[in-house]
Amino acid sequence: MEMTGAGEQEREMGKVIVVTSGKGGVGKTTSSAALGAALAKNGAKVVVVDFDVGLRNLDLVMGAERRVVYDLVNVIQGDAKLTQALIRDKRVESLYLLPASQTRDKDNLTAEGVEKVITALKKNFDWVICDSPAGIERGATLAMRHADIAIIVTNPEVSSVRDSDRIIGLLDSKTLKAEKGERIEKHLLLTRYDPLRAERGDMLKVDDVLEILSIPLLGIIPESMDVLRASNVGSPVTLADGDSAPSRAYFDAVRRLNGEDIPVTVPGEKRGFFSKIFGRKAA
Amino acid sequence: MSLFRFFTRAVGNSPASSAPAARERLQVLLAHERASTGKSDLVNVLRDEIMAVIAKHMQIDSEKVSVKLERGDKVSTLAVDVEIPFDAAKTKKKAA
Repeated sequence: MEMTGAGEQEREMGKVIVVTSGKGGVGKTTSSAALGAALAKNGAKVVVVDFDVGLRNLDLVMGAERRVVYDLVNVIQGDAKLTQALIRDKRVESLYLLPASQTRDKDNLTAEGVEKVITALKKNFDWVICDSPAGIERGATLAMRHADIAIIVTNPEVSSVRDSDRIIGLLDSKTLKAEKGERIEKHLLLTRYDPLRAERGDMLKVDDVLEILSIPLLGIIPESMDVLRASNVGSPVTLADGDSAPSRAYFDAVRRLNGEDIPVTVPGEKRGFFSKIFGRKAA
Repeated sequence: MSLFRFFTRAVGNSPASSAPAARERLQVLLAHERASTGKSDLVNVLRDEIMAVIAKHMQIDSEKVSVKLERGDKVSTLAVDVEIPFDAAKTKKKAA
């Protein structure tokens, strides 16, 4: 499972991010791919790891579904070397994908196996992004186990917020950092934000969600056709159209991850008085 | 917001927005869930310790002890229900 390369000794250990939510369908995989691609486009060496064993989709969202030969379970069970299982992105050369197994189930993920893989990846990448499966079972707890940073993907909607709260509890108790008495860095990524619904008062406000979950905001990703279009063609939204609203929101999120302090804009809140009175143009 | 909606909202005719309800329900729910999860063992711990105290003085059947934590709006109640056999004290003395 070792990867060799010049200068490996000097490389600082990469940071491990878990992208998690508890609830399914909120945008974990979309966000993992988008953030990974954005980080890589900024020059970092990034690997995105799919932990959803049995229901992999990261390969599809990243457009690498036909290039999967070996997967995470193969590596854990010693059937393949890590380097054989890693898929290099065709658009951004410092972006890699480690796919999940589609045919096995999550019982094939062992704590020791995951630890070995993550340790090897940390030595070779600046960022290791773990795309967690939904739920709070083995796959999800193993995905968060080694994280330095957690990105909690939440929709402004009651069931998602509740599940996120539960996940935050797990992050604070079941991760290695938590067990060592250290604090895991947590960020909220609010996805599928719909400015129209927000304006009507039928969607939880950003401040409401922040107050309830009380973790810092990494970004707000607007509900957008661009996200769907990007997944249709197998491209992270940050590589499909760098200028689309969701893409810009993800790039901003990445800058915040890197420690930059830039204000978060709430989608749809820039419109002035006149547009409010005379309604919006068909968009 | 269209011109029409702008005015209907201004005079308060529009249906109430649902977000505040969502916020309030979540706050109440999560306050309870946070108190109970992570301490989901709390009830079990209480049960064990209460039983240990009682067992010092009388013999009880661990199956017949129930500890319930019930949430109310303002206060929660802890209900401890211990079934004590008639000769519990005696049996304990004899055994000791």
